[in-house]
Amino acid sequence: MKKDIILAGVGGQGILSIATIIGEAAIAENLYIKQAEVHGMSQRGGDVQSNLRLSSEPIASDLIPKGGADLIISLEPMEALRYLPYLKQDGWIVTNSVPFVNIPNYPELETLHARMKALPQVVMLDVETLAKEAGAPLQAANMVLLGAAIPMLGLEAEKIEAGVQRIFGRKGEEVVNKNLAAIRAGMNNSIKL
Amino acid sequence: MKRLLLGDEAIALGALHAGLSGVYAYPGTPSTEITEFIQLQQATRKEGEAEVKCRWATNEKTAMEGALGMSYMGKRALVCMKHVGMNVAADAFVNSAMTGANGGLVVVAADDPSMHSSQNEQDSRFYGKFALIPVFEPSSQQEAYDMIRAAFDYSEKFQIPVLMRVTTRMAHSRAVVTLGEQRPQNECSTPQRPRQWILLPGNSRVRYNTLLEEQQLFEQDAVESKFNSYKAGTDKKLGIVACGIAYNYLMENYPDGCPYTVVKVAQYPLPKKLIAQMVAEGVQEVMVMEEGQPVVEEQMRGLVPSSIPVTGRLTGALPRAGELTPDSVRKALGMEALATFDAEPLVAPRPPALCQGCGHRDMYTALNEVAREYADPRVFADIGCYTLGAMPPFQAIHTCVEMGASITMARGASEAGQHPAFAVIGDSTFTHSGITGLLDCVNAKANVVIIISDNLTTGMTGGQDSAGTGRLEAICQGVGVEPEHIRVVVPLPKNMEEIKQVLRDEIAYPGVSVVIPRRECIQTLKRHAKQQKK
Repeated sequence: MKKDIILAGVGGQGILSIATIIGEAAIAENLYIKQAEVHGMSQRGGDVQSNLRLSSEPIASDLIPKGGADLIISLEPMEALRYLPYLKQDGWIVTNSVPFVNIPNYPELETLHARMKALPQVVMLDVETLAKEAGAPLQAANMVLLGAAIPMLGLEAEKIEAGVQRIFGRKGEEVVNKNLAAIRAGMNNSIKL
Repeated sequence: MKRLLLGDEAIALGALHAGLSGVYAYPGTPSTEITEFIQLQQATRKEGEAEVKCRWATNEKTAMEGALGMSYMGKRALVCMKHVGMNVAADAFVNSAMTGANGGLVVVAADDPSMHSSQNEQDSRFYGKFALIPVFEPSSQQEAYDMIRAAFDYSEKFQIPVLMRVTTRMAHSRAVVTLGEQRPQNECSTPQRPRQWILLPGNSRVRYNTLLEEQQLFEQDAVESKFNSYKAGTDKKLGIVACGIAYNYLMENYPDGCPYTVVKVAQYPLPKKLIAQMVAEGVQEVMVMEEGQPVVEEQMRGLVPSSIPVTGRLTGALPRAGELTPDSVRKALGMEALATFDAEPLVAPRPPALCQGCGHRDMYTALNEVAREYADPRVFADIGCYTLGAMPPFQAIHTCVEMGASITMARGASEAGQHPAFAVIGDSTFTHSGITGLLDCVNAKANVVIIISDNLTTGMTGGQDSAGTGRLEAICQGVGVEPEHIRVVVPLPKNMEEIKQVLRDEIAYPGVSVVIPRRECIQTLKRHAKQQKK
């Protein structure tokens, strides 16, 4: 088993919580893991990414080579496309469709969505609306995205859900259940592989 | 026991397990999380566990000196800083090679190649070589954990400080680390060679000769180090010297093993014997892969005969600037790149910006509006979140150089004839390196307006305690600024007219003015509100 994942978004959106849960599930599976993060200046509203590598064999590099990522998971559509040169030819993009506009020259959304849809393997969904519909708070929108990425992760859904239990457990049952609802909403609106 | 840890956290936990008595540090990306981890561990310390001193220092120099004092008393001390902090600590660091260490003394310098969060990409290994101090450079999180303990042991064995150099990718990447045993802290003891702690020329001359002689020992130790390795290859076309995490990028490209001879370097001084062995083996080219500047590549020429080409960052085989990647190393090895999608031209840059609601924003709005009333205002700024005032929509500053340079450059500019000359500096940067500059201004009666934008924290690195919180006016007054020219305002849109008038008044005053816009960082405000709810 080997999965190279790029998590993308804008500083403050919460990509690291997605990484934490995948990491938790991967460790429970006795997989090797490397997770390179961005700390510091970019966290102030700039573009941020995390390289998350999972493997049943030891992992050498903290960084994923260009053309090597199996999966891009992005909380923001333009940020998903930023890492396109890192995606494998048969890799997947799982992305939020709603833009985060904090720059004056943000591209036209229709064109952006059209470019995204023209790529071979994309799941694009409005994670905030799906979170709301699932009765989960806005902060759980990233869990919807995680749920939508489960079919491509190579980890069983139950293992991810167990990871959520462990990570959110100390915050109480209600928080756990809302996050699980968000994850299922994402899964149900993704594709089946 | 195993645990998923950032490289920084692996260093912190390794130091704690090695019997650390104190960490001395000033926050700086990518080193901050080392000290934060120790502080968190101390906050939840169980009864009966020994205390580890962990309060932030005012700057890297005071940190280095505090640690040297603890080492003098026989206890283990850790110093942490980002690479440019080494410039601030340099006086103490270089001279600590002369005093030597008593209790284990390890300095961690976190370099930032590619300048993710820094103003330059200087390589801290130069400082080790310059000061004649051994350098450890881990290639993985596990090695970082193991190596910090080895560094303390080494420091105590040879009575010498040890420099551990890491880079952003190691510091800020997580991996599972297997943990060792907790060792107790040292008891107090004083140095065995007390004379060399008094660096009078007579003592220093004696000590310097010993230090020079010891270099042979250090080098032999590097040759035999378990962290360095020599692996003979089957293909003699190339021999590779791979330092620190460059080794990972090399092995990423050879999952089934590298066909060339590889010397892995993680402990310096450079183990020259291993290089000589590679040459004797008959390699036709030597390639040096190292993160940062060509420190090792520059040392190669004396070791490799001129008939054998040496390649690396200096020759363009690898990029001269920026951090290495699996891709740049792959290219240097002559391997074809993987198939990729083209970059998407629609993607626009998204630079960082000051947070919405941040007090620095209101400060810059006022400053810009007032500055516009003068023909050629100049704003000398400093290192911190407010450096983002260089970006649109503010574009408010003209310089940002290093910690404290705002105040002193404003003085120099005003003495050259600039009016108005503003300095913009944060509260933490002011106590780090601004106070001495303010004293210069007072003594020179410089005509400057110094804005200490006080958000009550060290914001850019994530909200650590600021050394002068609650005492800035007293500090300025103590340094000699006239009390009536120390003006405190609250940077909020509703106070805009008042702030602007204060600035105008102080520009009109032909001397040293300090304006302190004070409002808590909105990031720490949110965090404090959350903690209160709990």
